[in-house]
Amino acid sequence: MTFEIPKTKYSGRIREITLGKGDKAITVGGESCYPFYLYEGEMPRLPRIAMEVYDCPPEEWAPAALEPFAGVTDDPVAWAKKCISDYGAEMICLQLISTDPNGLDRGAEEAAQVVKQVADAIDVPLIVWGTANHDKDSEVLRLVAEKCQDKRLVIGPVEEGDHKKIGASALAYQHTLVASSPIDINLGKQLNILLGNLGVSDELLIIDPTVSGIGYGIEYCYSVMERMRMAGLAQQDDKLQFPIICNVAKEVWKTKEVHIPTEEAPALGDAKKRGILMEAMSAMILLLAGGDVMIMRHPEAIRLVREMITELTAS
Amino acid sequence: MALTGIQIFKLLPKTNCGECGVPTCLAFAMSLAAGKAELSACPYVSDEAKAQLTEASAPPIRTMTIGTGDKALRVGGETVMFRHEKRFESPPGFAITIGDTMDEAEINARLERFKLQYERVGLTLRPDLIALKCDSGDAARFAALVTKVTQASQAALILMSDNPDILKAGLAAASQRKPLLYAATKDSLEAVAELARSASCPVAVRGDGLEEVAVLTEKLAQAGVKDIVIDSGSRRLRQAFQDQIIIRSAALNGKFRPLGYPTICFPGEIADDPMKEAVIAATFVAKYGGIIVLSDFQGESLFPLLVARMNIYTDPQRPLATTEGIYEIGGPAEDSPVLLTSNFSLTYFIVSGEIENSKVPSWLLVKDTEGLSVMTAWAAGKFVADTIAPFVKKCGIEDKIKHHKLVIPGYLAPESGGLEEELAGWEVLVGPREGAHIPAYLKTWQP
Repeated sequence: MTFEIPKTKYSGRIREITLGKGDKAITVGGESCYPFYLYEGEMPRLPRIAMEVYDCPPEEWAPAALEPFAGVTDDPVAWAKKCISDYGAEMICLQLISTDPNGLDRGAEEAAQVVKQVADAIDVPLIVWGTANHDKDSEVLRLVAEKCQDKRLVIGPVEEGDHKKIGASALAYQHTLVASSPIDINLGKQLNILLGNLGVSDELLIIDPTVSGIGYGIEYCYSVMERMRMAGLAQQDDKLQFPIICNVAKEVWKTKEVHIPTEEAPALGDAKKRGILMEAMSAMILLLAGGDVMIMRHPEAIRLVREMITELTAS
Repeated sequence: MALTGIQIFKLLPKTNCGECGVPTCLAFAMSLAAGKAELSACPYVSDEAKAQLTEASAPPIRTMTIGTGDKALRVGGETVMFRHEKRFESPPGFAITIGDTMDEAEINARLERFKLQYERVGLTLRPDLIALKCDSGDAARFAALVTKVTQASQAALILMSDNPDILKAGLAAASQRKPLLYAATKDSLEAVAELARSASCPVAVRGDGLEEVAVLTEKLAQAGVKDIVIDSGSRRLRQAFQDQIIIRSAALNGKFRPLGYPTICFPGEIADDPMKEAVIAATFVAKYGGIIVLSDFQGESLFPLLVARMNIYTDPQRPLATTEGIYEIGGPAEDSPVLLTSNFSLTYFIVSGEIENSKVPSWLLVKDTEGLSVMTAWAAGKFVADTIAPFVKKCGIEDKIKHHKLVIPGYLAPESGGLEEELAGWEVLVGPREGAHIPAYLKTWQP
């Protein structure tokens, strides 16, 4: 029996943007169909994974998450290098945890110095992620933008409340911006417009819709991302035709369920495998909604998701 | 094949009597085509037209149940491609596989694992089906397994063999349980259809690609079998994934009846590694799996899958809410801190998780805010001094503590003055705005 496969009428395409520079620069985006709907269109650039590095020793990581990085968690440069040499990281995301005013509250000068050291030590694209505190991020990320002016960093999160300050300095030094909005398609679009008005070119913008993991509201970001893709691909909304970045590992690994030891809750199974699967499944679900860059932590979760991407796009 | 409004109109009396509730037969036909009306609303339609139209007005993806009683599983009935359009209807059933060549200990261990269940936001999350697979090629041995499992569990069952004689033997041991028969193929279709008719149970077809599947479902329908589940036959991830989408889209967008059935997928036949199998299963949760048969599961894979399923199948128009009341975290005592939050389940999970992270035993007061988050509830006037004070007084927390200090969410800071007035004798402390800052806050808390 023959039948015609109904196909979505796409009218748009996601922009391609290049992260980093040089031989190891990575281009993402370019999709002309919903994620992995390859019978309808193409994904010329596959989704990529950035491995996260903290700029200070992590305090409350589950043992399973610390284990692969034993010995380097007090040295962001060594940590980043290990991610690249041992785990094949194609990108690094440096989380500026130490700058949190509610935590260590490290100053901008010192934080920017660490970013510079990491940026100098690696040749893969570097994403620098602040703490989402507007005043502090404005201070820190502006200095980072200046100190690493030839590095083509990816800098975020840039929110409506600090987009002018951070946007202007990133613009001056041609860094890529992570436009971050709180799980809302309209606010996301509005911020992209505001950044455009500021003079940020479309090639320097990637969207962070604010994500969470399984059990902690993943359904909200899942649907917001699906709607963003729908608007960009099928409804000619050119302000939503940007690649999407998901800072997901941090969300997954802070939940209660990845911290419970195996012996405390036998019904939840092996703690290490549980954590890995919570991360891998969360990332996979976000990829299905339209994620282009996943910021991930555990090498095993990363391996699983990489294999999924390869097999979902295998010819 | 589904009919258009005009095709339906031709079969109606065309009297425009209006007794169906809409003024004209054409309008009624359009409503039928859109699935917004029932044919029974027209008192004058002929029997012949009725037969044709009943077929055409059936839902685009058939709904059916597998199993009986409390443990029966409903599958199918989906109406949309994206969950933001309308709630997904039938959460995919998860099955654990038991083979008839497994030893007694392994079979018992799997039956035991099948009992795993988890409480979350007042819901019980558990696996749904046991897939019994004939690996021995021996009908008697398979029947013995089916008998053992039906005695041990009330679970909905899938009987798996490509040999109709073996399925028959298995079915004889579970004929009252309405199992899903897997599978009817082009070679076994007639024999399996006969079994399904005799026991009124659903059948899964497995074809080599969707065109063959469509031929098989049509043949089954002609043979009088209505409850059908589709296995597209693909065991490579890309094709298996795309098949799920194409099947749903063909049924909903193409109104193609032969694919208007729920699907069954086998992640364990796509990957050998149990971790990868679990991630593939999560993919089918998001993208349209009807039944997901796992080769096996453990707590570490089952729990995230069940929670992911609950998340994806949550009604996007109705947030999940937690019950109002006092939650004890970490065994609090009479000098432990008392915190207040809203009953939006996500808020509750984050706040309770952060309190646990802090390792400071605490009392958490969850107030019914109709499932709204702190900010939204406050803006809507549902989480303000006037409503919080009576709740704090009535909930009974005063009998459990010695101090009178209440920590309110940072976003409720504007309410702190009013709340101190309403709550005589209480000191109201403004806590952090973000859940992530709760541990640091609690570590400095003094009674």
